[in-house]
Amino acid sequence: MTTSTNPSAEQLSATTLLRFATAGSVDDGKSTLVGRLLHDSKSIFTDQLEAVEQASIGRGQETPDLALLTDGLRAEREQGITIDVAYRYFATPRRRFILADTPGHVQYTRNMVTGASTAELAVVLVDARNGVVEQTRRHAAVAALLRVPHVVLAVNKMDLVDYAEPVFAAIAEEFTAYAASLGVPEITAIPISALAGDNVVEPSAHMDWYGGPTVLEHLETVPASHDLTGCKARFPVQYVIRPQTAEHPDYRGYAGQIASGALRVGEAVTVLPSGRTSTIAGIDVLGQSADIAWAPQSVTVRLTDDLDISRGDLIAPTAHAPAPTQDVLATVCHVADSALSVGQRVLLKHTTRTVKAIVKDIPSRLTLDDLSQHPAPGQLVANDIGRVVIRTAEPLALDAYADSRRTGSFLLIDPADGTTLAAGMAGDAFAATARTAAETDGTAPDETGWDF
Amino acid sequence: MTTAATVTEGTDSPFALSHLDALESEAVHIFREVAGEFERPVILFSGGKDSILMLHLALKAFAPAAVPFSLLHVDTGHNFPEVLAYRDRVVAEHGLRLHVASVQEYIDAGKLRERPDGLRNPLQTVPLTEGIQQHRFDAVFGGGRRDEEKARAKERVFSLRDEFSQWDPRRQRPELWQLYNGRHAPGEHVRVFPLSNWTELDVWQYIEREQIALPEIYFAHEREVFKRSGMWLTPGEWGGPKDTETVETRLVRYRTVGDMSCTGAVDSDATTLDAVITEIAASRLTERGATRADDKMSEAAMEDRKREGYF
Repeated sequence: MTTSTNPSAEQLSATTLLRFATAGSVDDGKSTLVGRLLHDSKSIFTDQLEAVEQASIGRGQETPDLALLTDGLRAEREQGITIDVAYRYFATPRRRFILADTPGHVQYTRNMVTGASTAELAVVLVDARNGVVEQTRRHAAVAALLRVPHVVLAVNKMDLVDYAEPVFAAIAEEFTAYAASLGVPEITAIPISALAGDNVVEPSAHMDWYGGPTVLEHLETVPASHDLTGCKARFPVQYVIRPQTAEHPDYRGYAGQIASGALRVGEAVTVLPSGRTSTIAGIDVLGQSADIAWAPQSVTVRLTDDLDISRGDLIAPTAHAPAPTQDVLATVCHVADSALSVGQRVLLKHTTRTVKAIVKDIPSRLTLDDLSQHPAPGQLVANDIGRVVIRTAEPLALDAYADSRRTGSFLLIDPADGTTLAAGMAGDAFAATARTAAETDGTAPDETGWDF
Repeated sequence: MTTAATVTEGTDSPFALSHLDALESEAVHIFREVAGEFERPVILFSGGKDSILMLHLALKAFAPAAVPFSLLHVDTGHNFPEVLAYRDRVVAEHGLRLHVASVQEYIDAGKLRERPDGLRNPLQTVPLTEGIQQHRFDAVFGGGRRDEEKARAKERVFSLRDEFSQWDPRRQRPELWQLYNGRHAPGEHVRVFPLSNWTELDVWQYIEREQIALPEIYFAHEREVFKRSGMWLTPGEWGGPKDTETVETRLVRYRTVGDMSCTGAVDSDATTLDAVITEIAASRLTERGATRADDKMSEAAMEDRKREGYF
């Protein structure tokens, strides 16, 4: 696997891409895990390692501090903490990976939200000695809220609990019950020692009782995309292509990235919010004509009728078109330093459409630690997660976030200075209502309808 | 039915895109977002592989219409002639509009002073930022990739720059889903990095797949070079070799293309795209570690330059 002596063959054969995020408290060993994944997949280069060694010596450290590999900013190195999301890249024979490396500090919930928003998998780290703590529940809640399809619980530092199965089993059971109660569809628990290398890349010799995959093996085999047959197609129009040249006098194509589902030539479609209907006459996938195209392909769609369609419109199959609305009930994570208040005028960016909006109400603020709801907080401050009611100036073709991460998500933007205020998810906050561990039957909810 | 994507085999669903298709689709989405939301975008074009790749993706994104962006080349005055010839050829072929910001003109006018070490890469920042202000560009595409360097790993796809073109890494907008926030005040602009998620290997594999033509110096050739700071540099009027440095003829190629004063060649016999890809995949050095002098100046050289407005 990654110990192959032929890195060229190894990296060149990788075909698919998996985006995943890591989450862990400050001392859970996240940097060590990330360092080991990068190192064992030969993604740390000699010159980068030399730079880290030199910097470590310069600080009087005896061994190279691998955190310096990932802490790219002056302020991070000075303070010895990670303050911002960084994206890292590595490859194995089976797959390419984009890792959103998110800081673990409580005050950086927004960073985990940022990392999780594009992730197909989240790795939540737990220290085997401490078990499930508040921060673990917070990470699980964010993964559930963002509807990350796959969650890995990495129970780290097993070497410090004598590789004892009961320790792992108890933590895995508690976490799985909690995450399942939030509707996390798939949880894989893996006992590891990032420091000693147990079950990260190579199977552990110390834990015969564990028969599951290593972290890397799981990352390599988890589905990176989903069966789209049950997903409703959504195509936000980004840009209208009209060459008006001698060669293409009448070409009018609607360019965009398919947000969910698949589009087919000949399909009856409705354009929202106008409600006009037409039929797909052709699909161009970046220069090649195709009969079918699917998310997340960037394509150009041509229709049989010359309709008035522009950036911000949404094309959807007539049979499954969303109902436009001006009233949005959503969960938001507040990401700006200034507060979000009831009555505030904002801009709402949904797919390719940005509209004026007003915050009508903030019915509750969520405490991630215990998922309790605090009614009518009046405002949300940085890193708060809360329910909001928003009225928009124009109708939006909005889906529930549960049905589509792409067409159910939006940003709230400060119209005065352009600051991104909040990350919004339309509809219900969690896939399942919170239950106590005792009430949970342990079976994961049906994945049907989840679209990534 | 015909499909235009490479469907992959294995454990994934039949709708999985290959990693190159996924990266291509994402980059095209970014180009179209900028076209839809900005008034005066421009592509930074150096004639290097990353900017050539950007142009290729932009051409695909808007086909059969023309690319709705002009190009801006920051000319250090120490460019490889093969690269300038390539630049002019591409501009003519696609009927593009090229702006040139010239470091040499700034030096000749007394607005910039030559550095004692002769490096001109750090001098590009002023002509670049003044060029942006002068033409009132509001979105500036750069070919920067997060895998290149640890400060770039922290860079957003849409990166807001103030009226002085400064990057403040602690005040970056969180980037959520694929919802890029390009709002900016007059005088500010947004740097856009459509290749953020590509690695050097992805770039080469895509160039091979799409059969994109490159300047010939990317492939192994006999060249007169001399050694300075562990790198093979090409002699020229820019200031080399010194008396103590000897010129020899070697079989080399370039992994990156930039200013002649700080871009080194690597020993190589890779004359084809296939051979280059095999060589890159086996290399234990990053392209910058192997061939860029300016990044070796300090632990935070790139961050510091980016703060000042460098791309």
